[in-house]
Amino acid sequence: MRPKLKSCSYCAVQRNRSKPDTILRMTVADASISSAAPAASATSTGVDAAGALPAKACAAAEALVELKNVSFGYTKDRQILSGVNLIVPRGKLVAVMGGSGCGKTTVLRLLCGQIRAGGGEVLVGGRSVAAMKRDEMYAHRRRLGMLFQFGALFTDMTVFDNVAFPMREHTELPDEVIRDLVLMKLNAVGLRGTAHLKPSELSGGMARRVALARTIALDPQIALYDEPFAGLDPISLSVVGQLIRRLNDALGMTSILVTHDVAESLKIVDYIYFISEGKVVAQGDVATIKASTDPFVRQFVDGQPDGPVHFHYPAKSLAEDFS
Amino acid sequence: MKPVLRILSRLGNATVGGVERLGFAARFFAAILRQSGTSVVRPGLVVKEIYQAGVLSLIIVLMSGMFIGMVLALQGYETLVRFGATESMGVLVALSLVRELGPVVAALLFASRAGSAMTAEIGLMKTTEQLSAMEVMAVDPIARVVAPRFWAGVISLPLLAALFSTLGIYGGYLVGVRLIGIDGGAFWGQMQAAVDWRYDVMNGVIKSAVFAFAVSLIAVFEGYDAKPTAEGVSAATTRTVVTSALVILALDFVLTVFMFRGGVH
Repeated sequence: MRPKLKSCSYCAVQRNRSKPDTILRMTVADASISSAAPAASATSTGVDAAGALPAKACAAAEALVELKNVSFGYTKDRQILSGVNLIVPRGKLVAVMGGSGCGKTTVLRLLCGQIRAGGGEVLVGGRSVAAMKRDEMYAHRRRLGMLFQFGALFTDMTVFDNVAFPMREHTELPDEVIRDLVLMKLNAVGLRGTAHLKPSELSGGMARRVALARTIALDPQIALYDEPFAGLDPISLSVVGQLIRRLNDALGMTSILVTHDVAESLKIVDYIYFISEGKVVAQGDVATIKASTDPFVRQFVDGQPDGPVHFHYPAKSLAEDFS
Repeated sequence: MKPVLRILSRLGNATVGGVERLGFAARFFAAILRQSGTSVVRPGLVVKEIYQAGVLSLIIVLMSGMFIGMVLALQGYETLVRFGATESMGVLVALSLVRELGPVVAALLFASRAGSAMTAEIGLMKTTEQLSAMEVMAVDPIARVVAPRFWAGVISLPLLAALFSTLGIYGGYLVGVRLIGIDGGAFWGQMQAAVDWRYDVMNGVIKSAVFAFAVSLIAVFEGYDAKPTAEGVSAATTRTVVTSALVILALDFVLTVFMFRGGVH
């Protein structure tokens, strides 16, 4: 028997079953960016330097997600993460940034329990993810929503069925309630009109927004975003960015955003961690990062081709190769 | 390293790799059986896949059955006419199809048409992170994606093999009786007398059921185990067709040895 799940959206829909306009307005007012003010202000966590201090400040708020000295490697020879410490307070939108292949996505996979840390602890709500048994893991995952890099929409289903998928799998809700909920979620991302389309009929930006609607289908406690801005045009990029911020606030979620898009992230997040070579090399709120003189942060924020992260992959000297 | 040692080392690696993969396939099969509850509780999932794997394979299976039956009749006539035994054509066509060609050729066609499609679909779902997305949504991809496809294959193939044999016999009838002019009564009468329900028909059904398990398992396993790249999916699809063909023919030999012993019922 599948567990009955009554989300807050469900209760709201039930209360307003006879008033479809009200149902749709709820999401428009809460999350949709179509009629809202543009940028969300990044709230400061009162951190003033990249280093040890911010962690304390972050820990002062209730930590929902915590990585304690986490190490991980897909092979014994190559460690992707080595001794990562990271705190995500409840209700905040935190970005994990770094170059390609630095281990950002690995952090998300550790949180989902798809992989287990080789060392250290990954805690969600105080519970160690690695210690969870199968049933606990599935209960844990039902509290998560994850947006994959390219959406990962089910290509054999319509947009409607994609968003309805988690509801049908995990709830006993009647079809008409699911219909209303799906339209609410699609309305929140501005794509109610695409419900009947297949993912192949959507643009990249639209597909990402549908995937976002599916991510929030069950009103998750924690939302994980894996490179949500990759390959989007400037308008779609801004739309997706604002949606992530507004959905986080409207639904009371805690969000972790893995990205290397500095400009867009700085507009929407509360706090930023920089990862390089498997370690957290810098962290701080938006103001701190903008003002930082740390060479790594500067190279990343200003997009400098060379710096602590070298332009050239390690190789023999030019003289040796061309002699 | 010396060439001989290098060859031995490669052989050793290939053997260990093969055994490891076989072990993984066995564990995968056990996982499918464990996770088949969803397919029982929600038969709609299996029915949808039966349409994809079975119904959409009908054309190729029926057409092939018909042509093979027609060719059997033509070739059979060539031989039987020398011995004045053309009335036995019905027996020849029916036994060839029910015992051998029906289960084997239908399974080969099924592996090429539906098995490869299953592998490609699951492999692409893996490549595009759809399986990962399901996992993160607390939905087991083996229960939701793999098991329904596996059972759809297991159910579809024996039915397709039965239809293959039926159309084949009809094709034999068209050529033997309608075209060549063999007596229709002798064609059907001898067939009815010589084809045993349990010994011939049931053994044929058992064969196609065994092939169905083998082909479906290979197809879903190769898809699930595919490297998540375009090249990986392509290689997995090829492996499905090649491995299925070899396994079908090897199993056919083994089953025939046990089932048919020179007419001893």
